[in-house]
Amino acid sequence: MSVSAAPVTVTNAVDCVDLSYQFGTHLAVDHVNLSIAPGEMYGLLGPNGAGKTTTIRMLTTLLKPKTGAVRVFGIDATAHPMRVRRAIGYVPQALSADANLTGVENVELFARLFDVPRRLRRQRVADALEAMGLTEAAERLAGTYSGGMIRRLELAQSLISAPRLLVLDEPTVGLDPIARGVVWEYIARLRSEHQMTVLMTTHYMDEADSYCDRISLMHRGRVRVTGRPSSLRAELGEDATLDDVFRHYTGDTLDKTAEEGGIRDVRRARRTARRLG
Amino acid sequence: MTYAAPGAPPAGLADGFISSLARLWSRVVTLCWVELRKIRHDRTELYTRAVQPALWLLIYGEVFTRVHAIPTPAGIPYLAYLAPGIMAQSALFIAIFYGIQIIWERDAGVLTKLMVTPTPRSALITGKAFASGVRSLVQGVMIVIIAALLGVSLTHNPLKLIGAALVLTVGSGFFSCLSMSIAGLVVARDRLMGIGQAITMPLFFSSSALYPASIMPGWLQVISKVNPLTYEVEALRSLLIGTATTLWLDATVLAGATVLSIACAALLLPRLANR
Repeated sequence: MSVSAAPVTVTNAVDCVDLSYQFGTHLAVDHVNLSIAPGEMYGLLGPNGAGKTTTIRMLTTLLKPKTGAVRVFGIDATAHPMRVRRAIGYVPQALSADANLTGVENVELFARLFDVPRRLRRQRVADALEAMGLTEAAERLAGTYSGGMIRRLELAQSLISAPRLLVLDEPTVGLDPIARGVVWEYIARLRSEHQMTVLMTTHYMDEADSYCDRISLMHRGRVRVTGRPSSLRAELGEDATLDDVFRHYTGDTLDKTAEEGGIRDVRRARRTARRLG
Repeated sequence: MTYAAPGAPPAGLADGFISSLARLWSRVVTLCWVELRKIRHDRTELYTRAVQPALWLLIYGEVFTRVHAIPTPAGIPYLAYLAPGIMAQSALFIAIFYGIQIIWERDAGVLTKLMVTPTPRSALITGKAFASGVRSLVQGVMIVIIAALLGVSLTHNPLKLIGAALVLTVGSGFFSCLSMSIAGLVVARDRLMGIGQAITMPLFFSSSALYPASIMPGWLQVISKVNPLTYEVEALRSLLIGTATTLWLDATVLAGATVLSIACAALLLPRLANR
Protein backbone atom coordinates (compact mmCIF):
# COMPACT_ATOMS: atom_id res chain seq x y z
CA MET A 1 0.00 0.00 0.00
CA SER A 2 1.31 3.42 -0.91
CA VAL A 3 0.95 5.94 1.85
CA SER A 4 2.56 9.35 1.76
CA ALA A 5 2.29 11.55 4.81
CA ALA A 6 1.47 15.23 4.70
CA PRO A 7 4.52 17.46 4.52
CA VAL A 8 5.89 18.15 7.97
CA THR A 9 4.42 21.43 9.28
CA VAL A 10 3.98 23.06 12.64
CA THR A 11 0.23 22.50 12.58
CA ASN A 12 -1.66 20.51 10.02
CA ALA A 13 -4.84 22.00 8.59
CA VAL A 14 -6.66 18.76 9.39
CA ASP A 15 -5.75 15.76 11.51
CA CYS A 16 -8.14 12.82 11.77
CA VAL A 17 -6.84 10.27 14.24
CA ASP A 18 -8.37 6.81 14.41
CA LEU A 19 -11.76 8.25 13.50
CA SER A 20 -14.84 5.99 13.60
CA TYR A 21 -18.58 6.47 13.34
CA GLN A 22 -21.36 3.95 13.52
CA PHE A 23 -25.02 4.26 12.44
CA GLY A 24 -26.75 1.54 14.43
CA THR A 25 -24.84 -1.59 13.51
CA HIS A 26 -23.36 -0.11 10.35
CA LEU A 27 -19.79 1.10 10.74
CA ALA A 28 -19.80 4.04 8.31
CA VAL A 29 -16.29 5.28 9.13
CA ASP A 30 -13.80 2.71 10.30
CA HIS A 31 -10.65 3.96 12.09
CA VAL A 32 -9.74 6.61 9.53
CA ASN A 33 -6.43 8.50 9.78
CA LEU A 34 -5.87 11.59 7.65
CA SER A 35 -3.45 14.51 7.71
CA ILE A 36 -3.84 17.52 5.46
CA ALA A 37 -1.15 20.17 5.25
CA PRO A 38 -2.01 23.88 5.11
CA GLY A 39 -2.56 25.01 1.53
CA GLU A 40 -3.15 21.53 0.17
CA MET A 41 -5.97 20.60 -2.19
CA TYR A 42 -7.00 17.25 -0.82
CA GLY A 43 -9.52 14.84 -2.30
CA LEU A 44 -11.50 12.23 -0.44
CA LEU A 45 -12.62 9.78 -3.10
CA GLY A 46 -14.91 6.84 -3.13
CA PRO A 47 -18.34 5.61 -4.19
CA ASN A 48 -21.62 6.34 -2.43
CA GLY A 49 -21.60 4.82 1.03
CA ALA A 50 -17.81 4.85 1.29
CA GLY A 51 -17.94 7.09 4.38
CA LYS A 52 -16.76 10.35 2.80
CA THR A 53 -19.73 12.46 3.84
CA THR A 54 -19.76 11.02 7.37
CA THR A 55 -16.06 11.89 7.69
CA ILE A 56 -16.79 15.41 6.47
CA ARG A 57 -19.68 15.69 8.93
CA MET A 58 -17.39 14.84 11.83
CA LEU A 59 -14.83 17.31 10.57
CA THR A 60 -17.40 20.09 10.30
CA THR A 61 -18.74 19.34 13.83
CA LEU A 62 -22.10 18.08 12.58
CA LEU A 63 -21.40 14.65 14.09
CA LYS A 64 -19.37 13.72 17.14
CA PRO A 65 -16.92 10.90 16.49
CA LYS A 66 -17.69 7.64 18.32
CA THR A 67 -13.97 7.07 18.66
CA GLY A 68 -10.89 9.00 17.64
CA ALA A 69 -10.38 12.73 17.21
CA VAL A 70 -10.56 15.47 14.58
CA ARG A 71 -8.39 18.56 14.81
CA VAL A 72 -8.64 21.54 12.49
CA PHE A 73 -5.57 23.75 12.66
CA GLY A 74 -4.83 22.05 15.96
CA ILE A 75 -8.30 22.76 17.42
CA ASP A 76 -10.19 19.75 18.69
CA ALA A 77 -13.54 19.65 16.86
CA THR A 78 -15.36 17.89 19.71
CA ALA A 79 -14.06 20.12 22.48
CA HIS A 80 -14.24 23.43 20.61
CA PRO A 81 -16.83 23.15 17.83
CA MET A 82 -17.46 26.92 17.65
CA ARG A 83 -13.78 27.67 17.07
CA VAL A 84 -13.58 25.02 14.37
CA ARG A 85 -16.67 26.42 12.66
CA ARG A 86 -15.03 29.85 12.53
CA ALA A 87 -12.05 28.35 10.73
CA ILE A 88 -13.96 26.55 7.98
CA GLY A 89 -16.13 27.32 5.01
CA TYR A 90 -18.49 24.55 4.02
CA VAL A 91 -20.35 23.81 0.81
CA PRO A 92 -22.72 20.84 1.17
CA GLN A 93 -23.56 18.31 -1.50
CA ALA A 94 -27.04 19.66 -2.28
CA LEU A 95 -27.49 22.98 -4.09
CA SER A 96 -28.33 24.83 -0.93
CA ALA A 97 -28.69 28.54 -1.64
CA ASP A 98 -32.03 29.95 -0.52
CA ALA A 99 -34.11 30.35 -3.67
CA ASN A 100 -36.32 32.98 -2.02
CA LEU A 101 -33.47 35.37 -1.31
CA THR A 102 -31.34 37.36 -3.75
CA GLY A 103 -27.66 36.57 -4.28
CA VAL A 104 -26.66 39.51 -2.07
CA GLU A 105 -29.05 38.44 0.69
CA ASN A 106 -27.81 34.85 0.56
CA VAL A 107 -24.25 36.00 1.14
CA GLU A 108 -25.22 38.67 3.68
CA LEU A 109 -27.01 36.02 5.73
CA PHE A 110 -23.71 34.20 6.21
CA ALA A 111 -21.83 37.44 6.84
CA ARG A 112 -24.22 38.06 9.73
CA LEU A 113 -23.98 34.48 11.01
CA PHE A 114 -20.19 34.74 11.03
CA ASP A 115 -20.34 38.07 12.90
CA VAL A 116 -18.72 40.10 10.15
CA PRO A 117 -18.85 43.64 11.59
CA ARG A 118 -21.55 45.82 10.07
CA ARG A 119 -19.06 48.42 8.77
CA LEU A 120 -17.26 45.74 6.74
CA ARG A 121 -20.25 43.66 5.77
CA ARG A 122 -21.39 45.36 2.58
CA GLN A 123 -17.88 45.45 1.10
CA ARG A 124 -17.16 41.84 2.08
CA VAL A 125 -20.41 40.67 0.46
CA ALA A 126 -19.65 42.62 -2.71
CA ASP A 127 -16.08 41.24 -2.78
CA ALA A 128 -17.23 37.65 -2.33
CA LEU A 129 -19.82 37.98 -5.09
CA GLU A 130 -17.30 39.63 -7.38
CA ALA A 131 -14.74 36.90 -6.70
CA MET A 132 -17.31 34.37 -7.91
CA GLY A 133 -18.34 36.42 -10.95
CA LEU A 134 -21.84 37.06 -9.66
CA THR A 135 -21.89 40.85 -9.37
CA GLU A 136 -24.36 41.31 -12.23
CA ALA A 137 -26.74 38.67 -10.89
CA ALA A 138 -26.41 39.80 -7.28
CA GLU A 139 -29.82 41.43 -7.00
CA ARG A 140 -31.69 38.54 -8.63
CA LEU A 141 -33.44 35.85 -6.60
CA ALA A 142 -31.25 32.75 -6.32
CA GLY A 143 -34.22 30.74 -7.60
CA THR A 144 -33.52 32.19 -11.05
CA TYR A 145 -29.84 31.05 -11.04
CA SER A 146 -28.47 28.09 -13.01
CA GLY A 147 -26.93 25.14 -11.13
CA GLY A 148 -23.40 26.40 -11.76
CA MET A 149 -24.29 29.91 -10.57
CA ILE A 150 -25.84 28.51 -7.37
CA ARG A 151 -22.65 26.57 -6.69
CA ARG A 152 -20.62 29.75 -7.16
CA LEU A 153 -23.05 31.59 -4.87
CA GLU A 154 -22.46 28.92 -2.23
CA LEU A 155 -18.73 29.37 -2.63
CA ALA A 156 -19.26 33.11 -2.10
CA GLN A 157 -21.23 32.30 1.07
CA SER A 158 -18.46 30.08 2.35
CA LEU A 159 -15.83 32.73 1.58
CA ILE A 160 -17.46 35.47 3.58
CA SER A 161 -15.83 34.41 6.84
CA ALA A 162 -12.38 34.30 5.20
CA PRO A 163 -11.97 30.62 6.11
CA ARG A 164 -8.61 28.87 6.34
CA LEU A 165 -10.12 25.56 5.31
CA LEU A 166 -12.72 25.15 2.59
CA VAL A 167 -14.70 21.90 2.78
CA LEU A 168 -16.54 20.94 -0.38
CA ASP A 169 -18.82 17.92 -0.36
CA GLU A 170 -19.23 16.76 -3.98
CA PRO A 171 -18.90 20.32 -5.34
CA THR A 172 -19.73 19.50 -8.95
CA VAL A 173 -22.31 16.75 -8.57
CA GLY A 174 -25.37 17.38 -10.73
CA LEU A 175 -23.68 20.07 -12.85
CA ASP A 176 -23.18 19.87 -16.61
CA PRO A 177 -19.57 19.57 -17.85
CA ILE A 178 -19.28 23.28 -18.69
CA ALA A 179 -20.56 24.37 -15.28
CA ARG A 180 -18.24 21.85 -13.63
CA GLY A 181 -15.27 23.36 -15.44
CA VAL A 182 -16.24 26.88 -14.44
CA VAL A 183 -16.72 25.90 -10.77
CA TRP A 184 -13.30 24.23 -10.70
CA GLU A 185 -11.74 27.30 -12.26
CA TYR A 186 -13.10 29.42 -9.40
CA ILE A 187 -12.03 26.93 -6.72
CA ALA A 188 -8.51 26.79 -8.13
CA ARG A 189 -8.35 30.59 -8.28
CA LEU A 190 -9.50 30.87 -4.66
CA ARG A 191 -6.91 28.47 -3.54
CA SER A 192 -4.04 30.17 -5.33
CA GLU A 193 -5.07 33.71 -4.34
CA HIS A 194 -5.73 32.98 -0.66
CA GLN A 195 -3.47 29.98 0.05
CA MET A 196 -6.59 28.26 1.32
CA THR A 197 -6.60 24.60 2.26
CA VAL A 198 -9.28 22.74 0.33
CA LEU A 199 -10.76 19.40 1.29
CA MET A 200 -13.24 17.97 -1.15
CA THR A 201 -15.10 14.75 -1.64
CA THR A 202 -15.93 13.51 -5.08
CA HIS A 203 -16.57 10.38 -7.02
CA TYR A 204 -15.37 11.97 -10.26
CA MET A 205 -11.88 10.46 -10.55
CA ASP A 206 -10.93 12.73 -13.46
CA GLU A 207 -11.53 15.87 -11.38
CA ALA A 208 -9.50 14.53 -8.49
CA ASP A 209 -6.69 13.65 -10.89
CA SER A 210 -6.62 17.13 -12.36
CA TYR A 211 -7.04 19.31 -9.28
CA CYS A 212 -5.93 17.49 -6.11
CA ASP A 213 -2.41 17.54 -4.67
CA ARG A 214 -3.15 14.37 -2.73
CA ILE A 215 -6.07 12.01 -2.47
CA SER A 216 -7.33 9.29 -0.16
CA LEU A 217 -9.43 6.49 -1.58
CA MET A 218 -12.19 5.41 0.78
CA HIS A 219 -14.11 2.18 0.51
CA ARG A 220 -16.57 0.67 2.97
CA GLY A 221 -15.64 3.19 5.66
CA ARG A 222 -11.88 2.75 5.45
CA VAL A 223 -9.07 4.66 3.78
CA ARG A 224 -7.51 2.17 1.38
CA VAL A 225 -4.68 4.33 0.05
CA THR A 226 -3.36 7.89 0.25
CA GLY A 227 -0.98 9.63 -2.11
CA ARG A 228 -0.44 11.96 -5.05
CA PRO A 229 -2.68 11.00 -7.99
CA SER A 230 0.29 10.84 -10.35
CA SER A 231 2.29 8.62 -7.96
CA LEU A 232 -0.63 6.27 -7.39
CA ARG A 233 -1.17 5.91 -11.13
CA ALA A 234 2.54 5.47 -11.81
CA GLU A 235 2.71 2.60 -9.36
CA LEU A 236 0.26 0.65 -11.51
CA GLY A 237 1.80 1.40 -14.90
CA GLU A 238 2.08 4.01 -17.57
CA ASP A 239 -1.52 4.11 -18.78
CA ALA A 240 -3.20 3.49 -15.44
CA THR A 241 -6.08 5.73 -14.42
CA LEU A 242 -7.41 6.52 -10.95
CA ASP A 243 -10.24 4.07 -11.68
CA ASP A 244 -7.55 1.41 -12.07
CA VAL A 245 -6.00 2.52 -8.78
CA PHE A 246 -9.37 2.24 -7.08
CA ARG A 247 -9.93 -1.23 -8.53
CA HIS A 248 -6.46 -2.29 -7.49
CA TYR A 249 -6.87 -1.28 -3.86
CA THR A 250 -10.45 -2.33 -3.36
CA GLY A 251 -10.77 -5.29 -5.70
CA ASP A 252 -13.96 -3.63 -6.88
CA THR A 253 -15.14 -1.33 -9.63
CA LEU A 254 -16.40 2.13 -8.91
CA ASP A 255 -19.60 1.51 -10.90
CA LYS A 256 -20.40 -1.60 -8.93
CA THR A 257 -19.70 -0.10 -5.54
CA ALA A 258 -21.61 3.05 -6.46
CA GLU A 259 -24.69 0.87 -6.82
CA GLU A 260 -24.18 -0.38 -3.29
CA GLY A 261 -24.71 3.01 -1.63
CA GLY A 262 -26.62 2.55 1.62
CA ILE A 263 -30.24 3.35 2.27
CA ARG A 264 -29.20 6.81 3.51
CA ASP A 265 -27.78 7.62 0.07
CA VAL A 266 -30.93 6.38 -1.61
CA ARG A 267 -33.07 8.45 0.73
CA ARG A 268 -30.95 11.53 0.14
CA ALA A 269 -31.05 11.03 -3.63
CA ARG A 270 -34.84 10.65 -3.55
CA ARG A 271 -35.24 13.80 -1.50
CA THR A 272 -33.06 15.76 -3.92
CA ALA A 273 -35.01 14.38 -6.87
CA ARG A 274 -38.31 15.41 -5.24
CA ARG A 275 -37.00 18.87 -4.47
CA LEU A 276 -35.73 19.47 -7.96
CA GLY A 277 -38.92 18.08 -9.48
CA MET B 1 -10.17 39.79 2.11
CA THR B 2 -8.01 39.29 5.19
CA TYR B 3 -7.79 36.24 7.36
CA ALA B 4 -8.31 35.99 11.08
CA ALA B 5 -6.36 33.58 13.25
CA PRO B 6 -7.87 30.13 12.84
CA GLY B 7 -11.03 29.70 14.85
CA ALA B 8 -10.68 33.02 16.62
CA PRO B 9 -13.94 34.82 17.33
CA PRO B 10 -14.16 38.34 15.90
CA ALA B 11 -13.07 41.22 18.12
CA GLY B 12 -15.76 42.01 20.67
CA LEU B 13 -17.17 38.51 20.65
CA ALA B 14 -14.85 36.71 23.03
CA ASP B 15 -16.33 33.70 24.81
CA GLY B 16 -18.44 34.52 27.84
CA PHE B 17 -21.99 34.95 29.06
CA ILE B 18 -22.49 38.46 27.69
CA SER B 19 -21.10 37.47 24.31
CA SER B 20 -23.37 34.41 24.27
CA LEU B 21 -26.35 36.69 24.82
CA ALA B 22 -25.07 39.09 22.17
CA ARG B 23 -24.69 36.18 19.76
CA LEU B 24 -28.19 34.91 20.55
CA TRP B 25 -29.61 38.37 19.89
CA SER B 26 -27.60 38.69 16.68
CA ARG B 27 -28.90 35.32 15.39
CA VAL B 28 -32.50 36.17 16.27
CA VAL B 29 -32.22 39.49 14.43
CA THR B 30 -30.56 37.80 11.45
CA LEU B 31 -33.16 35.05 11.06
CA CYS B 32 -36.00 37.57 11.51
CA TRP B 33 -34.34 39.72 8.84
CA VAL B 34 -34.30 36.70 6.49
CA GLU B 35 -38.02 36.11 7.12
CA LEU B 36 -38.86 39.75 6.42
CA ARG B 37 -36.84 39.69 3.18
CA LYS B 38 -38.71 36.58 2.07
CA ILE B 39 -42.08 38.17 2.85
CA ARG B 40 -40.98 41.24 0.92
CA HIS B 41 -40.06 39.16 -2.13
CA ASP B 42 -43.26 37.14 -2.14
CA ARG B 43 -46.39 38.55 -0.53
CA THR B 44 -48.76 35.98 -2.02
CA GLU B 45 -48.79 33.88 1.14
CA LEU B 46 -49.57 36.94 3.20
CA TYR B 47 -52.74 37.64 1.22
CA THR B 48 -53.88 34.03 0.85
CA ARG B 49 -53.40 33.37 4.56
CA ALA B 50 -55.54 36.41 5.38
CA VAL B 51 -58.58 34.80 3.73
CA GLN B 52 -59.28 32.26 6.46
CA PRO B 53 -59.21 34.65 9.46
CA ALA B 54 -61.27 37.11 7.43
CA LEU B 55 -63.91 34.39 6.94
CA TRP B 56 -63.86 33.48 10.64
CA LEU B 57 -64.47 37.09 11.60
CA LEU B 58 -66.85 37.92 8.78
CA ILE B 59 -69.04 34.81 8.76
CA TYR B 60 -68.61 32.97 12.06
CA GLY B 61 -68.15 36.17 14.08
CA GLU B 62 -71.07 38.04 12.51
CA VAL B 63 -73.45 35.07 12.82
CA PHE B 64 -72.63 34.34 16.45
CA THR B 65 -72.87 38.03 17.30
CA ARG B 66 -76.47 37.94 16.05
CA VAL B 67 -77.55 34.78 17.87
CA HIS B 68 -76.00 35.89 21.18
CA ALA B 69 -75.17 32.22 21.89
CA ILE B 70 -71.79 32.80 23.50
CA PRO B 71 -71.59 34.76 26.74
CA THR B 72 -68.78 37.33 26.79
CA PRO B 73 -67.29 39.03 29.88
CA ALA B 74 -68.69 42.49 30.70
CA GLY B 75 -70.93 42.43 27.65
CA ILE B 76 -68.07 42.86 25.19
CA PRO B 77 -69.35 42.50 21.59
CA TYR B 78 -68.65 38.94 20.43
CA LEU B 79 -66.72 40.13 17.36
CA ALA B 80 -64.31 42.05 19.61
CA TYR B 81 -64.05 39.00 21.90
CA LEU B 82 -63.36 36.78 18.91
CA ALA B 83 -60.71 38.95 17.15
CA PRO B 84 -57.78 38.19 19.52
CA GLY B 85 -58.73 34.49 19.37
CA ILE B 86 -58.60 34.52 15.59
CA MET B 87 -55.29 36.35 15.73
CA ALA B 88 -53.84 33.58 17.92
CA GLN B 89 -55.43 30.92 15.72
CA SER B 90 -53.92 32.43 12.59
CA ALA B 91 -50.48 32.49 14.25
CA LEU B 92 -50.97 28.87 15.35
CA PHE B 93 -51.82 27.75 11.81
CA ILE B 94 -48.61 29.37 10.51
CA ALA B 95 -46.35 28.13 13.30
CA ILE B 96 -47.57 24.56 13.59
CA PHE B 97 -46.35 23.80 10.07
CA TYR B 98 -43.03 25.62 10.52
CA GLY B 99 -41.33 22.25 10.97
CA ILE B 100 -42.04 21.52 7.32
CA GLN B 101 -39.82 24.44 6.41
CA ILE B 102 -36.98 23.10 8.53
CA ILE B 103 -37.35 19.65 6.92
CA TRP B 104 -37.23 21.40 3.54
CA GLU B 105 -34.08 23.21 4.66
CA ARG B 106 -32.60 19.87 5.73
CA ASP B 107 -33.37 18.37 2.30
CA ALA B 108 -31.89 21.40 0.55
CA GLY B 109 -28.68 21.31 2.62
CA VAL B 110 -29.45 24.74 4.09
CA LEU B 111 -29.79 23.36 7.61
CA THR B 112 -26.40 21.66 7.65
CA LYS B 113 -24.84 24.82 6.29
CA LEU B 114 -26.45 26.88 9.06
CA MET B 115 -25.26 24.36 11.63
CA VAL B 116 -21.67 24.72 10.45
CA THR B 117 -21.74 28.44 11.25
CA PRO B 118 -20.69 29.57 14.76
CA THR B 119 -24.30 29.45 15.92
CA PRO B 120 -25.28 27.33 18.93
CA ARG B 121 -28.21 24.99 18.23
CA SER B 122 -30.38 26.79 20.77
CA ALA B 123 -29.65 30.16 19.13
CA LEU B 124 -30.54 28.71 15.74
CA ILE B 125 -33.86 27.40 17.06
CA THR B 126 -34.60 30.63 18.95
CA GLY B 127 -33.89 32.58 15.78
CA LYS B 128 -36.21 30.32 13.79
CA ALA B 129 -38.91 30.63 16.48
CA PHE B 130 -38.79 34.42 16.36
CA ALA B 131 -38.71 34.33 12.56
CA SER B 132 -41.96 32.39 12.67
CA GLY B 133 -43.20 35.05 15.11
CA VAL B 134 -42.37 37.76 12.58
CA ARG B 135 -44.53 36.03 9.99
CA SER B 136 -47.36 35.71 12.49
CA LEU B 137 -46.97 39.34 13.45
CA VAL B 138 -47.37 40.49 9.87
CA GLN B 139 -50.47 38.27 9.73
CA GLY B 140 -51.68 39.80 13.00
CA VAL B 141 -51.50 43.28 11.46
CA MET B 142 -53.71 42.06 8.58
CA ILE B 143 -56.26 40.78 11.12
CA VAL B 144 -56.22 44.07 13.03
CA ILE B 145 -57.02 45.83 9.74
CA ILE B 146 -59.84 43.38 8.91
CA ALA B 147 -61.23 43.70 12.45
CA ALA B 148 -61.12 47.50 12.22
CA LEU B 149 -63.03 47.34 8.92
CA LEU B 150 -65.68 45.25 10.69
CA GLY B 151 -66.02 47.90 13.36
CA VAL B 152 -64.07 46.17 16.12
CA SER B 153 -62.43 48.64 18.45
CA LEU B 154 -59.06 47.42 19.74
CA THR B 155 -56.77 49.33 22.06
CA HIS B 156 -54.83 52.32 20.76
CA ASN B 157 -52.38 52.25 23.65
CA PRO B 158 -48.94 51.77 22.01
CA LEU B 159 -47.52 49.91 25.02
CA LYS B 160 -50.40 47.44 24.98
CA LEU B 161 -50.02 47.01 21.22
CA ILE B 162 -46.32 46.27 21.68
CA GLY B 163 -47.24 43.83 24.47
CA ALA B 164 -49.74 42.09 22.17
CA ALA B 165 -47.09 41.88 19.43
CA LEU B 166 -44.71 40.26 21.92
CA VAL B 167 -47.34 37.77 23.09
CA LEU B 168 -48.17 36.86 19.49
CA THR B 169 -44.47 36.43 18.67
CA VAL B 170 -43.71 34.32 21.74
CA GLY B 171 -46.87 32.20 21.25
CA SER B 172 -45.93 31.63 17.65
CA GLY B 173 -42.41 30.78 18.79
CA PHE B 174 -43.79 28.09 21.10
CA PHE B 175 -45.86 26.42 18.40
CA SER B 176 -43.09 26.64 15.81
CA CYS B 177 -40.70 24.96 18.29
CA LEU B 178 -43.34 22.30 18.95
CA SER B 179 -43.48 21.78 15.19
CA MET B 180 -39.67 21.67 14.88
CA SER B 181 -39.53 19.16 17.75
CA ILE B 182 -42.05 16.94 15.98
CA ALA B 183 -39.97 17.38 12.81
CA GLY B 184 -36.95 16.12 14.76
CA LEU B 185 -38.90 13.03 15.77
CA VAL B 186 -40.70 12.13 12.54
CA VAL B 187 -38.04 13.57 10.16
CA ALA B 188 -40.35 13.31 7.12
CA ARG B 189 -42.45 16.11 5.69
CA ASP B 190 -45.62 14.12 4.98
CA ARG B 191 -45.68 12.65 8.49
CA LEU B 192 -45.30 16.10 10.01
CA MET B 193 -48.08 17.40 7.77
CA GLY B 194 -50.39 14.64 9.06
CA ILE B 195 -49.53 15.27 12.70
CA GLY B 196 -49.88 19.02 12.23
CA GLN B 197 -53.34 18.60 10.77
CA ALA B 198 -54.29 16.19 13.56
CA ILE B 199 -53.33 18.54 16.40
CA THR B 200 -54.23 21.98 15.02
CA MET B 201 -58.00 21.79 15.43
CA PRO B 202 -57.91 20.12 18.89
CA LEU B 203 -55.54 22.86 20.05
CA PHE B 204 -57.84 25.51 18.63
CA PHE B 205 -61.17 24.13 19.91
CA SER B 206 -59.81 23.28 23.36
CA SER B 207 -58.57 26.84 23.86
CA SER B 208 -60.65 29.87 24.71
CA ALA B 209 -60.22 31.33 21.21
CA LEU B 210 -63.90 30.96 20.28
CA TYR B 211 -65.69 30.76 23.63
CA PRO B 212 -64.84 31.23 27.30
CA ALA B 213 -63.53 28.17 29.14
CA SER B 214 -66.36 28.56 31.66
CA ILE B 215 -68.94 27.20 29.19
CA MET B 216 -66.82 24.14 28.29
CA PRO B 217 -67.60 20.73 29.76
CA GLY B 218 -65.38 19.85 32.74
CA TRP B 219 -63.02 17.54 30.86
CA LEU B 220 -62.47 20.15 28.15
CA GLN B 221 -61.76 22.81 30.78
CA VAL B 222 -58.92 20.62 32.08
CA ILE B 223 -57.45 20.36 28.58
CA SER B 224 -57.95 24.08 28.08
CA LYS B 225 -55.94 24.77 31.23
CA VAL B 226 -52.89 22.92 29.89
CA ASN B 227 -53.22 24.31 26.38
CA PRO B 228 -50.71 27.16 25.83
CA LEU B 229 -53.01 28.62 23.17
CA THR B 230 -55.50 29.50 25.94
CA TYR B 231 -52.86 31.58 27.73
CA GLU B 232 -51.89 33.29 24.49
CA VAL B 233 -55.53 34.13 23.68
CA GLU B 234 -56.23 35.41 27.20
CA ALA B 235 -53.10 37.58 27.20
CA LEU B 236 -54.05 39.04 23.80
CA ARG B 237 -57.61 39.74 24.98
CA SER B 238 -56.33 41.42 28.11
CA LEU B 239 -54.04 43.68 26.08
CA LEU B 240 -56.23 44.36 23.05
CA ILE B 241 -59.75 44.61 24.46
CA GLY B 242 -59.07 45.02 28.17
CA THR B 243 -60.67 41.88 29.56
CA ALA B 244 -59.78 41.20 33.19
CA THR B 245 -57.31 38.32 33.16
CA THR B 246 -54.16 37.32 34.97
CA LEU B 247 -51.82 38.77 32.35
CA TRP B 248 -48.63 37.98 34.24
CA LEU B 249 -49.64 34.35 34.72
CA ASP B 250 -50.54 34.08 31.01
CA ALA B 251 -47.23 35.66 29.98
CA THR B 252 -45.20 33.51 32.39
CA VAL B 253 -46.81 30.25 31.27
CA LEU B 254 -46.31 31.20 27.63
CA ALA B 255 -42.68 32.24 28.12
CA GLY B 256 -41.92 29.12 30.19
CA ALA B 257 -43.51 26.83 27.60
CA THR B 258 -41.53 28.57 24.85
CA VAL B 259 -38.19 28.17 26.64
CA LEU B 260 -38.94 24.47 27.19
CA SER B 261 -39.94 23.96 23.58
CA ILE B 262 -36.77 25.73 22.37
CA ALA B 263 -34.66 23.37 24.49
CA CYS B 264 -36.58 20.38 23.16
CA ALA B 265 -36.28 21.42 19.51
CA ALA B 266 -32.57 22.24 19.92
CA LEU B 267 -32.00 18.80 21.40
CA LEU B 268 -33.71 17.11 18.45
CA LEU B 269 -32.11 19.30 15.76
CA PRO B 270 -29.00 17.13 15.19
CA ARG B 271 -31.26 14.08 14.78
CA LEU B 272 -33.09 15.89 11.97
CA ALA B 273 -29.95 17.30 10.35
CA ASN B 274 -28.06 14.03 10.24
CA ARG B 275 -30.80 11.95 8.59
